[in-house]
Amino acid sequence: MSVNPVLELRDVVREYPGSPPVRAIDGVTLQISASELVAIVGPSGSGKSTLLNLIGTLDRPTSGTLLIDAVDTSELTDSALAGLRAARLGFVFQQFHLLGGMSAVDNVATGLLYRGDTKKSRRNRSVAALERVGLGHRLDHTPNKLSGGERQRVAIARALVGDPAIVLADEPTGNLDSRTSEEIVELLHGLHREGSTIVVITHDRELAARLPRQVTVRDGQIEDDERDPSNHDCTDHNGLIGATS
Amino acid sequence: MSGATMRIPRLRRKRRGPWRSKLRTVDMFATGTVGLRTRKARAAFTALGIAIGIASMVSVMGISASSRADLLAELDKLGTNLLQVRPGQTTFGDAAPLSADAPAMVRRVGPVQSATSLSQIKTTVQRNDAVDKDDQNGITTMGSEVNLPATLGATLASGRTHDEASVRLPTVVLGSVAAQRLGIDNVDDGPRILIGGEWFNVIGILDSLPLNPDIDRAALIGLESARDIFGVKALPSAIYVRTDPAQVEAVRGVLARTASPGSPNEVDVSRPSDALAARAEVDKNLQTLLLGLGGVALLVGGVGIANVMVISVLERQGEIGVRRALGATRSHIRNQFVVESTLLSLIGGVLGVAIGFGVTTVYARRQEWLVDLPMQGLVFGVAAALVIGAVAGLYPAVRAARLDPAVAVRPAA
Repeated sequence: MSVNPVLELRDVVREYPGSPPVRAIDGVTLQISASELVAIVGPSGSGKSTLLNLIGTLDRPTSGTLLIDAVDTSELTDSALAGLRAARLGFVFQQFHLLGGMSAVDNVATGLLYRGDTKKSRRNRSVAALERVGLGHRLDHTPNKLSGGERQRVAIARALVGDPAIVLADEPTGNLDSRTSEEIVELLHGLHREGSTIVVITHDRELAARLPRQVTVRDGQIEDDERDPSNHDCTDHNGLIGATS
Repeated sequence: MSGATMRIPRLRRKRRGPWRSKLRTVDMFATGTVGLRTRKARAAFTALGIAIGIASMVSVMGISASSRADLLAELDKLGTNLLQVRPGQTTFGDAAPLSADAPAMVRRVGPVQSATSLSQIKTTVQRNDAVDKDDQNGITTMGSEVNLPATLGATLASGRTHDEASVRLPTVVLGSVAAQRLGIDNVDDGPRILIGGEWFNVIGILDSLPLNPDIDRAALIGLESARDIFGVKALPSAIYVRTDPAQVEAVRGVLARTASPGSPNEVDVSRPSDALAARAEVDKNLQTLLLGLGGVALLVGGVGIANVMVISVLERQGEIGVRRALGATRSHIRNQFVVESTLLSLIGGVLGVAIGFGVTTVYARRQEWLVDLPMQGLVFGVAAALVIGAVAGLYPAVRAARLDPAVAVRPAA
């Protein structure tokens, strides 16, 4: 296990104002190391989405400390957080959130847009990322010409293209049928074997059980943090996934 | 109580951190076109609103510029160096005739190139003896000099003008309106008319003189024949003076004293081209009104853009959230929407200028005017579009930038 965690939460609290105030996250302490594949699992209302927003720096903790790459995010300005997201985080959403009317490769290239890369370098890296998720043959298709699974692969390529420290996947299989979900899980495993750090937020216990580490959230607190030795294959870096489809 | 347990609120300023979000300028503009490219029909209709406003204002500017250009060209052709001397009134309000010597005295002024006098003769004009003598059709008989066409720059529609011989004979040259009212359109078969009961040969018909409408309605006979036939020594009722173009004002200043040394205040000196020049300014009110209407159209177009942008921001919350997640700062989002609305308006503006120029060209051609496409219209159209687009887009853009990214990535299902 790596000594330096890429992500560390220390006694993080997120309270929403009201009377009485709602504590969506109530003192979470958690470390995630490089190259881990972690499921954050919990029923709806458990606070896992709030946790995702906090980890993704889309939201700030009411108290406690959140460190990414050992940098305290609470000390960063809003635009410094945007810079952190551009450089170190990748997002995969349940609704894919691809931009309509734009080709797959342009959508993936958006993942590098706010890093100031040149157009050429963005395109080259996007093509490579799409090939990595097995969509090398769909580069110029617009989202409406892609299947749900293909769209999610484009979204995953977009999250990966910038080589982020952590990929955050919010219910990545939530809008997909079981067979396509299977493919996406396989893809995540493959990326994990290549060394990516991936956090999957899901309510699906079955999906979570297939990942090497499961963090169970209930009522804003961590109920359980389990590592499954049989599934713990993050040291194996030779598994190339190529065309998983 | 131990001080160590006290929480001291953190007053330190936030840091910029080790990572920078950066959007290249070219990408900022490219991002601003995304909304236009993916919603083409909506963009077209929104731009049309601005286009109509700009087009109407540019056409008003273009049409009035063309009309003025045409008048000024006409003025140029007619010359602004023609002055007119008319008898005025005495201080008691009685008519103060010009003396018979006045034309000769005026000619002696240095910069005067030529001067010609007209003397109104109280008599009758009839097509033939079957026509009622009282029915004059507003035609006046004038005694004129041989140099009248040269001084006024008059051209002939038909026939010839008086020469030293014909000016003494019962011959008449008709102004354009007079000829038309008498039903004579050429002199080929030697028409004759009755003036004061005497038959006069019509030897010529003048073209219309825009600066001298009274000559258009005149029957011009020689001063000598007026004296010989009617036995009157007519006093000048008008003297037209063509001067050196550089000395118009100087001549104008001395004409009254020259024409009537004893009582210069009883002489009216004017420049007929001034009336025409005034016409170029006359439609200012109408122009202002039309420009105002165009401005209202433009304003409505701007409100339309703001409206569409507000809707667009609501619809594109997901996109905004994703862009924020991908590392866009608030200013990147704000700039994206400002660029989008400005481009939208600019498209409308360019289209509007093109339509405005088209309308101007078609209208001016139809009026047989010179076409004058005002470059300030182009500059104005583009500048107005830019300003309106930026202003209209600012509020929606700021709203987009303020969206909470955590909410935006999960729009209410």
